[in-house]
Amino acid sequence: MIFDSAPKFRLAFASLVLACVSGAAQAQAPSAAPLKVGVMLPFTGTYAPLGVAIENGFKLYVQQQGGRLGGRTIDYVRLDDESDPSKASENASRLVKRDHVDVLLGTVHSGVAMAMAKVAKDTNTLLIVPNAGADNVTGPLCAPNIFRTSFSNWQPAYAMGKVVASKGAKRVVTLTWKYAAGEESVRGFKEAFEAAGGKVIDELTVPFPNVEFQAQLTQIAAAKPDAVYVFFAGAGAVKFVKDYAAAGLKDKIPLYGAGFLTDGTLEAQGDAAQGLLTTLHYADGLTSARDQGFRLDYAKTYKLQPDVYAVQGYDAAQLLGAGLVAVKGDTTQRDAMVRAMEQAKVDSPRGPFVMSKAHNPVQDIYLRQVKGHENRVVLVAAKGLADPARGCRMN
Amino acid sequence: MTLATFFVQCLNSMQYGLLLFLVASGLTLVFGIMGIVNLAHGSFYMIGAYLAYSLTALTGNLFVALALGLVLSLIFGYLLEWVFFSFLYERDHLQQVLMTYGLILVIEELRSILIGDDVHGVAVPAFLAGSIAIGNDMLYPVYRLFVSAACVVLALALYWLIRKTRVGMKIRAGASNREMAQSLGIDIGLLYRVVFSLGFGLAVMSGMLFAPVSTVYPGMGAQMLIVCFLVVVIGGIGSITGAFVAALLIGFVDTFGKVLWQEGAGIAIYLLMAVILLVRPAGLLGERAMR
Repeated sequence: MIFDSAPKFRLAFASLVLACVSGAAQAQAPSAAPLKVGVMLPFTGTYAPLGVAIENGFKLYVQQQGGRLGGRTIDYVRLDDESDPSKASENASRLVKRDHVDVLLGTVHSGVAMAMAKVAKDTNTLLIVPNAGADNVTGPLCAPNIFRTSFSNWQPAYAMGKVVASKGAKRVVTLTWKYAAGEESVRGFKEAFEAAGGKVIDELTVPFPNVEFQAQLTQIAAAKPDAVYVFFAGAGAVKFVKDYAAAGLKDKIPLYGAGFLTDGTLEAQGDAAQGLLTTLHYADGLTSARDQGFRLDYAKTYKLQPDVYAVQGYDAAQLLGAGLVAVKGDTTQRDAMVRAMEQAKVDSPRGPFVMSKAHNPVQDIYLRQVKGHENRVVLVAAKGLADPARGCRMN
Repeated sequence: MTLATFFVQCLNSMQYGLLLFLVASGLTLVFGIMGIVNLAHGSFYMIGAYLAYSLTALTGNLFVALALGLVLSLIFGYLLEWVFFSFLYERDHLQQVLMTYGLILVIEELRSILIGDDVHGVAVPAFLAGSIAIGNDMLYPVYRLFVSAACVVLALALYWLIRKTRVGMKIRAGASNREMAQSLGIDIGLLYRVVFSLGFGLAVMSGMLFAPVSTVYPGMGAQMLIVCFLVVVIGGIGSITGAFVAALLIGFVDTFGKVLWQEGAGIAIYLLMAVILLVRPAGLLGERAMR
C-alpha cells in the first residue's frame, strides 16, 4: 500500500519542499531583484536631445554609485513618449501594467507629464519628474508618490520679476505663446514684478506654435515699455531673439526671459543673444566642487557637455537613491521611502536643495548673462525659492 | 493703434504675405496646376532650410549656397518626380496623400540621421543685415524686405511663365486634359517632370531664402505645409494670381488677427478659408473645383 501511495507521497513531499524554497526565495526577492525604472522620455523629435541628457544624467549617478541604488541594480525599461500627450496615458499605463515598473521617470513635455501623473496617482506608482515644469504637477495634481527634481514654471519667472523691478523698470510688456507653460511663466513674473511696484501694461500672446513675431514686435515698439519679459523655448526662442535684434529693439528696450530663452540655443542665436539676462536654477560658471566634478565626469562618460536637463536627471537618481537607501532597497515600504525622499537634502551640481511640502525643489535661482556660448552666472536672483504650490492638498 | 503703427502692421502683413507666396509657389505649381496633393511640400521647404545651413557652413556665403542649392534641387527634383511621382497623376488623391505622407516620414528620419535634431541658425549676409528706420522709433530688418522683393520678382516670373509662354500653355493644356494634350503631340511626361522639378526647386529655394529669418529646426515643414495649402485652396486651384492674392490676404488676416484678436489669432486664417469657400467653393480665382 505504501508503494501505491509512494509516488503521491513523493509528489506531495516535493511540492512541500518546493513551496518552502520558493517562499524563502520570495522573501529575499525584493532586495535581490533589480529595480525596474520605467524611463518615459522623448527619444525622437524636437525634445530628443533633452530626453537623452536626462537619461544620461540619471545613469551617471547610478554608475557613480557602483551600479546600485540602495543595494539594488537598476533595470531600465525605455519608452519613447514622442512628446505626444495623446499617447501619454496609454504609454504610462503600459509601463506600469504590462512592464510592472517600480518607478516611473519622466518627462520633458508638460502635457505628457500630467497624463503620467494621473496614471501614477491611479496606480499608486512612484513618479519622479525630471523636467516638465507645469505648475500643477506639484499643485492641484500633487501626491505623496509624485516628486519633481527640476522646477516649476513659476520659479524662474518669479525670480526674474524681482530682478526687473530692481533694475528700475516700471512698465513692462510680456510676450509668450498662448499655452500653459507661457501663461504660468508670465503669471510668476507678474506676481513678483507688481508686488515690487511695477506694472505689466500689456500681456501679448502668439498662438502656439506659431513663430511669426513681427506683428507683436511692432506692438512692443509702439508701446515703448521700460522692459520686455518673454517665455520661449527651443526653435521659437532662437527665432524670437534673432527677430528682436533684427527689429532694432535689443539696444532700445531691454529683453528679459526665463532661462530657456537662451538654453541650448546660443549657437543658433549667435550675436543676437549676447548680453541677454535670464533666470534659471542652473548656470555656467558655478564654482562649487560638486558642479565641477559633475561636469568633468559627464564629459568623460558621454563626450558631451552637460546641461540643466542632465543635472535634473542626475538629481532624480540622487533622490531615488536617498529613498532606496533609507528602506534598504525594499520598495514595499513605500511610506518610509517617501518620507526619506521628502526629507532628502539633494547635493545637486546646481547647489544643494530640499523638497518642498508639495515635492518640488526649494532652490536658488541664478541670474545669468549670455557671454559667448555660455550662460554665465551673475548673481543669485532668489535664494531658496519655493513654489507656492497653490491648489496642492497634501498633509 | 497710431497711424504709424498701423502702417507698419500693414507692412508686416504684406511682407508675411509675400513670403507665404514664395513658400507656397512650389505647391501652386504641383498641386494647383498639376493636381497632385503633395503633402511633402513642407518637407521640401525644410530640405531647403537645412541645405542653407549646411551649404553656408561649407561655402561661407549664403548666395553661393543659394546658387548651389538651386542646381542641386532642380536635379534632385527631376529624379524625385521620375521615381516617386510620375505614376501618381492618373491615380486618385488618396494614393497621392499616402505616397507624399510616406515621403514626409522618410525625409524627417533622414534629416534626423544625417544632421540631427538640434536647432540651427543661418546668419544673414553682412550687407543685408542692417535695419531701416520707419518713422522715428521702428526699425525694419533689411533682409525681410529683400526676401519680399525676391517674392515679387518670382511672382511676376511665374505668372509670365505660365500665362505668356508656349511652355506655360502646354502645362495648362496638360493639366486640363492630359490625354488630349498627349494626342496633340505634347510629351506630357517630360513636361510634368520639368514642372515638378521647378516646383521642388521653388520649395527648396524658399526654404533657403527664408532660413536666416526662420531658423532651422525639426518639424518646421509641418507648420508651413498647412498654411501653404491654405494659400492654394483660398486662391483657387490652377491660378497663380489667386495664390498671390490669397497669400496677401492671409498675411493681413494673420497679422491683424494677432494684434486685434489674440485669443482667436490661431484660428483666424482658417475662419478666412471657411468663409471664402462658403462663398466661392472653387476659391477666389479658381478655374475649376478639385477633381
